[in-house]
Amino acid sequence: MKRFGIALLPLLASPAFGEGELKVYHWFEYMPQELVDKFQAETGITVTIDTYDSNEAMLASLKAGKLGQYDVAVPGDYMVQIMAEEGLLDSFSPADLPNFGNIAPQWLDVPFDPGRKSSIPYQWGSTAFAVNRDVYQGDINTLAILFDPPDELKGRINVLDSQGEVLALGSIYLGIPQCSQDRAQLKALMDMLLAAKPHWASFGSDTAKDVLVSGDAAAGMIYNGFAAKARAEGANVEYAYPKEGFVVWMDNAVLLKDAPNRDNALKFLNFLLEPENAAAVTNYAAYTAGVTGVEPFLAEEIRTSPETNPPADAPAGSFVAVCDEATQKLYDAIWTNLKK
Amino acid sequence: MAGAPGAGGGPKDAGWGPLALPLMLPTWAVIGIFLALPVLLMAVYSFLTREFRGGVEWQFSLAAYDQFFVTRGLFGDEPPSLEWTYILIFWRSLWQAALATGLCLLIGFPTAWFIATRSPRSRTVWLFLVTIPYWVNLLIRTVSLKFLIRDNGPLNEFLMGIGLTSGPLPLVNTNLAVQLGLFYSYLPFMVLPIYAAVERYNFALSEAAADLYAGRWRILWEITLPVVRPGIVAGCLLVFIPSLGAFLAPDLLGGAKNFMIGSLIDEQFKGSQGNWPFGAAVSVILMTLVMLALLIYARAQGRGRA
Repeated sequence: MKRFGIALLPLLASPAFGEGELKVYHWFEYMPQELVDKFQAETGITVTIDTYDSNEAMLASLKAGKLGQYDVAVPGDYMVQIMAEEGLLDSFSPADLPNFGNIAPQWLDVPFDPGRKSSIPYQWGSTAFAVNRDVYQGDINTLAILFDPPDELKGRINVLDSQGEVLALGSIYLGIPQCSQDRAQLKALMDMLLAAKPHWASFGSDTAKDVLVSGDAAAGMIYNGFAAKARAEGANVEYAYPKEGFVVWMDNAVLLKDAPNRDNALKFLNFLLEPENAAAVTNYAAYTAGVTGVEPFLAEEIRTSPETNPPADAPAGSFVAVCDEATQKLYDAIWTNLKK
Repeated sequence: MAGAPGAGGGPKDAGWGPLALPLMLPTWAVIGIFLALPVLLMAVYSFLTREFRGGVEWQFSLAAYDQFFVTRGLFGDEPPSLEWTYILIFWRSLWQAALATGLCLLIGFPTAWFIATRSPRSRTVWLFLVTIPYWVNLLIRTVSLKFLIRDNGPLNEFLMGIGLTSGPLPLVNTNLAVQLGLFYSYLPFMVLPIYAAVERYNFALSEAAADLYAGRWRILWEITLPVVRPGIVAGCLLVFIPSLGAFLAPDLLGGAKNFMIGSLIDEQFKGSQGNWPFGAAVSVILMTLVMLALLIYARAQGRGRA
């Protein structure tokens, strides 16, 4: 490993055009190329992007030795906290980012990075469910659609094959806190899920949109951007903002520890906080920016999409909480019990 | 097995002389790097301590095996008793693989027989036809199958069109669909070895038996099947073993509602709550079971010949 490093050193140092380089570790298809070009044109910094397809894959790769090779990564909310706990993040002060004040106030003091010391909002969205309106016309703004479904939907529901989101929504439905260690509450959660399972047709995350479009499922747990795409592809689905609450998630651009180009990374984070640039990502990914002042730059169909504009009476969403090891063990056991 | 190439080379070794050993090195390297090392690594990992959120700590632990066989209730304070959860998952996978193997044999044997008894020219064509679907990736074939059998797919439209059923037959997300998927995925692995065995079968044996007044079934049971048995056994193994670890068909066609051995192992490595030692232990237990079955079979086979 070490020998490789020395051999590659001249390679890394050589193509220093203008202001140097920036190494970004990013999700696949999550940033329009025009925006990367714009950053390069504005700053003269050469950007290299490597991609990953899950938070866990990114974490594993950084832990396995890639730390020190990248400047910026884009982890989801809970992963920001995990990376901070694992010592993978560097911190900055608000003064380092002239656009720091553009961060929407509600995303400033987030539970996974209080005060935004290492991260800035990239895009956020929610996880609830969508219902095919040809099949069911009743009120859908309740989690009972998933956990105690009406007859029309019984046996025609797809749920995400993701422990964190299923157990979080289940907890919200029962009104118990996430990462609870209370025996009665956990027992109730397990019993409720076991009773709901016979009404579910399938578990699937990658397929969550397709089963709604094809009609295999009449209702499905889904991310709001995914539901918008299902609707765009012709499914008569409506995305719900259940009255009990729902899951919100947020991807965040973070400053990595041992970043080889720290100053350029800060320029990049600042660039992402510019409303016009944040809006460009939103127009591309169909989620929501965490920056104020983006509205004038949004495409019409994105700005008015029902999936990203919750009704005024919708409750606040909650992030999936990060449990400690002992508590997580209990949730693992419940999940295994549900799928055994 | 590993020693066979050297031992079988006997008389020819003389010609290679001092080169024999270096020439064997690639073979040993392949076996070592691609077979022995990964299996060893897996076995070692299964005895290590779990690191929270993936990875292992280099400290000996039996926790993974304990988790597989022993339960102390959800909260870990009940008296220990036998854990049925994972045994049930193994049983489900075993049963499913056995069913798929039986189904493949039922269809695969007559198919192989049919092909092997054609003229040499049409045999080539038939074999070619059998392999065509396998030029396409398994995932794509499985998804295509799902398209065919879904509620508003062509199969159900056809059945309703000819008035055989009044509503769509629920096929997707059932065990039947999983069986169909496994059967479709692995059928050629059954057909090809049986074909190879039947092709070499000397039909004069059947004629001789018929001359001695043996009936059709008796000829099949007492003459033909024992001769082509190695092909049948090879086919069954080639279908049974991958079916046991399959998770594409159960996930896509069966709806992933219940863990199979394959998806249980997958979950231990990919999730943020990953448990590598447990995933490794499940793999070791699965491998041990398969090896035991093969050993029992090999011994029975050896006795039959002696």
